[in-house]
Amino acid sequence: MFKRMTKGLLAATVAVFALGGTAPAVAQDDPIRIGSFLAVTGPASFLGDPELKTLEMYIARINGAGGLVGRQLELIHYDTGGDANKARTFAKRLLEEDEVDVILGGSTTGTTMAVIPLVERAEIPFISFAGGVVIIDPVKPWVFKTPHTDRMACGKIFEDMQARGISNVGLISGTGGFGKSMRAQCLEVAPEYDIEIVADETYAPSDTDMVAQLTKIKNTEGLEAVVNPGFGQGPAIVTKNFAQLGFEVPLYQSHGVASKKFIELAGEAAEGVRLPAAALLVAEKLPMDDLQRPIVMGYMTTYEAEYGAGSVSTFGGHAYDGLMMYKAAVEAAGSADPAAVREALEGISGFIGTAGEVNMSADDHLGLDLSAFRMLEIQGGDWTLVE
Amino acid sequence: MADIRPSGYSKHRKKQTYTRRLGTRASPLQMLMSERVGGMLALLLVIAVLPLVLANNYQYDVAITIGINAIVVIGLNLLIGYAGQISLGHAGFFALGAYASAILTSRYGLHGALAMPLGALGVGLLAYIMARPILRLSGHYLAMATLGVGVIINIVISREAWLTGGPDGMYVPAMEVWGVELYGGQIWYWIVAAFLVLAIWISLNVIDSPVGRALRGLHGAEVAAEVAGVDTTRYKVMVFVLSAVMASVAGSLAAHFSEFVTPEKASFFHSILFVTMVVFGGMASTFGALVGAAVLTVLPQLLADFASYEHMILGLIMMTVMIFMPRGLVPTLSGLARRRGARR
Amino acid sequence: MPPAFVELLQFLLSGVTSGAIYALVALGFALIYNASHVINFAQGEFVMLGGMVTWVLLSQGIDLPLAVLGAVGLTMLVGLLLEKLAIEPVRNANVVTLIIITIGAAIFLRGLTSVTLGKDLHALPAFSGNEPLDLMGATIMPQSLWILGTTALIVLLLHVFFNYTLLGKAILATSHNRLAARLMGINVNFVLLLSFGLSALLGAIAGILIAPITATHFEVGIMLGLKGFAAAILGGLGSGLGAIVGGLLLGIIESLGAGYISSDYKDAMAFVVILGVLFLMPSGLFGKRGTERV
Repeated sequence: MFKRMTKGLLAATVAVFALGGTAPAVAQDDPIRIGSFLAVTGPASFLGDPELKTLEMYIARINGAGGLVGRQLELIHYDTGGDANKARTFAKRLLEEDEVDVILGGSTTGTTMAVIPLVERAEIPFISFAGGVVIIDPVKPWVFKTPHTDRMACGKIFEDMQARGISNVGLISGTGGFGKSMRAQCLEVAPEYDIEIVADETYAPSDTDMVAQLTKIKNTEGLEAVVNPGFGQGPAIVTKNFAQLGFEVPLYQSHGVASKKFIELAGEAAEGVRLPAAALLVAEKLPMDDLQRPIVMGYMTTYEAEYGAGSVSTFGGHAYDGLMMYKAAVEAAGSADPAAVREALEGISGFIGTAGEVNMSADDHLGLDLSAFRMLEIQGGDWTLVE
Repeated sequence: MADIRPSGYSKHRKKQTYTRRLGTRASPLQMLMSERVGGMLALLLVIAVLPLVLANNYQYDVAITIGINAIVVIGLNLLIGYAGQISLGHAGFFALGAYASAILTSRYGLHGALAMPLGALGVGLLAYIMARPILRLSGHYLAMATLGVGVIINIVISREAWLTGGPDGMYVPAMEVWGVELYGGQIWYWIVAAFLVLAIWISLNVIDSPVGRALRGLHGAEVAAEVAGVDTTRYKVMVFVLSAVMASVAGSLAAHFSEFVTPEKASFFHSILFVTMVVFGGMASTFGALVGAAVLTVLPQLLADFASYEHMILGLIMMTVMIFMPRGLVPTLSGLARRRGARR
Repeated sequence: MPPAFVELLQFLLSGVTSGAIYALVALGFALIYNASHVINFAQGEFVMLGGMVTWVLLSQGIDLPLAVLGAVGLTMLVGLLLEKLAIEPVRNANVVTLIIITIGAAIFLRGLTSVTLGKDLHALPAFSGNEPLDLMGATIMPQSLWILGTTALIVLLLHVFFNYTLLGKAILATSHNRLAARLMGINVNFVLLLSFGLSALLGAIAGILIAPITATHFEVGIMLGLKGFAAAILGGLGSGLGAIVGGLLLGIIESLGAGYISSDYKDAMAFVVILGVLFLMPSGLFGKRGTERV
């Protein structure tokens, strides 16, 4: 009996031991180690999947062009499945075991928030691809992010509504982290735009039918528009149910559906739907003199050459922006030294990414404003810019 | 009713009781060979030696997670392996413990050392109230009811964002003892190790107590035991409450150690993971539960390097192990070892 | 029509549509449970495979009817392989071990699908267009009619199969008493194999029917599997009628709950109702009031 216990426990010990690699010695010609944890599976996989593809593709390109400050880049990635607890363990692994020089990633606000205390303690720069405003407000020294915040998305939507003379709005939001956070932000900024939320319903991210909630919203008196914060298949089902019920008011989606996939899933029902999104989706329709045009066209053609026409999404764009900002910061700092890179990241100004023009500062670790957000409308199965 | 006890159960058990009876007047060597003394000594040895091997905070993290999972699984093993009752909702109790610690310390300023027993008390009460109606159910109906309880807990936690931070989770302040902040793998390693040893000690004692004997007695013949005047429900309720409390304490430990809690902790998959650990290691074996927790905590970490093939490989390993070792790792391997020993 | 009535009708139509899908998944659970007393947690993966394989075949330019046939066939093959390779060799293991095996199979199938077919969401075209039909002021999609009609047809066919064919009666006999069935010359292993094949068939059909409404994805089976299990238990395990009633009831509770009480707690309400039913009727609505043999 004793023997068997020892055997079992020793096996466990050996397994734990096997996890420990050899500690890498840092030399100048060693690769720069880029750590990443993304939701490649799970309900947020449509974020993590293009993000990972983008990182892999562009790191290979940078290496092909001679690397960064004379060093090659090495990507170390773990799949969180969108689980914040897993994200935490993997972040520890990246920081303690893989000894990475930077962390790019965190597809969702939840996974990002779980990791923030760790990177702050380890003093390693961290660029998140998640939307929540809480990530950079209040500002944390080592934490940056690339996409627009959910608060800005609400602002952009309400701005457009104001222009159309809409004031009574129904909300239907997903109960996942994204939907819940954006709903809270929308409720908070609504008064600034004289918007009144007259209906407020929710659905679970894996729900297959939202007719009941929408019926309730439709029967709300004075309804002038509906907003649907959420991502994944939920908004597509909402859009289809919305069309089925024959609403006579406009439907606004969020930047959470900013990929061709949404139009494909929602089909004809998506006609006339409006959403705020980065310029990437309308790259070809941007004016020739638009500063963003060469960047977004470049990213789009590169990505679609690899993964097929119509495959590009703003989510992969967040990863592109993060990687390119890191590249710019390392080049500005002249090394991959974490403190110097952090300093350089904070000093980024006039950087043009897929999300817009980025001007970081000590008290703004996002550096984007509302002007970089475009209001799009779906027409004829494609995105069009709303003037 | 579906009988969920392992098929080799009674034979195995008889052998152990035999050794144990011997153990009262046994030589030191025989004592060392028993599961109680020998297994415990082996465990203490491993716990003492492991820090020499652990190279960094991440590896400590894995070791600590094994310990925390093991505490839940040891309790759950009492329920599944000995009382013959399945629960697909123990992650709910785990999460309640974690959130009790998180909320009481961060929102009400309570000390962590006070929040943990308060959470455990609350979970114990809840489990006690639920136990009678729920344990009237059997087999898959019981599985469904416990699953339902877990799902409801999960939904409440993720909806009541004002209290719990919602689906994105909430931070838990670091615990302080006499002005020292409990942070880092080394400290938590020893804290969790102490709780783990306590959990195993409790488990081994319960198995040997009148409750354990009664549970063994009613194995496969619950109605007969009832006719004979044994209040089977009472014992089942006791074990159910005990396992829920152990899950809650483990949850509190997890919350303070990782300083972050999310509703994922209450998810159906977390419950399934705990049950899988019990079955994987071997039902009705306290140390089997430990091995199950260890293997299934380490495995995903090892498989993470296989990127997109991770889930395929994990599923394949789960299937093959259960097909070729349907009684679980520890009972099957020890059975093999015994047979080989006999041949020699 | 008074608006309150139209609203109620709309809730019911929506609930019955979801409920029919739950019922199909629940029937799959019941079939396998009857033959083997195993709860097959890979049932949701059959649903996923049905939708995903149909999408792949469609994207290869194959016509819808052929694609459906191919997807159903392949899913059935997976079901048969699962039984042959993973369940039959451990026939006599205890039930929890078998459950863990099916969970392992579910994780494996999800992993395999994500590796081979990718992680994207995919829409299937609706079988008869997207023009909503008007029903006394409420609306219903043509696809919902497909779901309801197909479910009704399947229920009818299963009824005939189990009550009027020798093979169906053999399955029923095995579920009642395996030893007696064997003594009567029924090949129990074949019955087991058949039950997995039939379950996979039902799962695949459910997956194909619902894909035009919800889109399909390698993880779409997780939630549908869970809801199907809940429906099967609510109705009473092993009862065909129970599975159907349980599924429809679950769909309607969700829809009415979301419409009248709180959309935040719609899923929780479904589970509260299930718990309540189990406390009052420990074997579900139509389950066998089992007396335990001593």
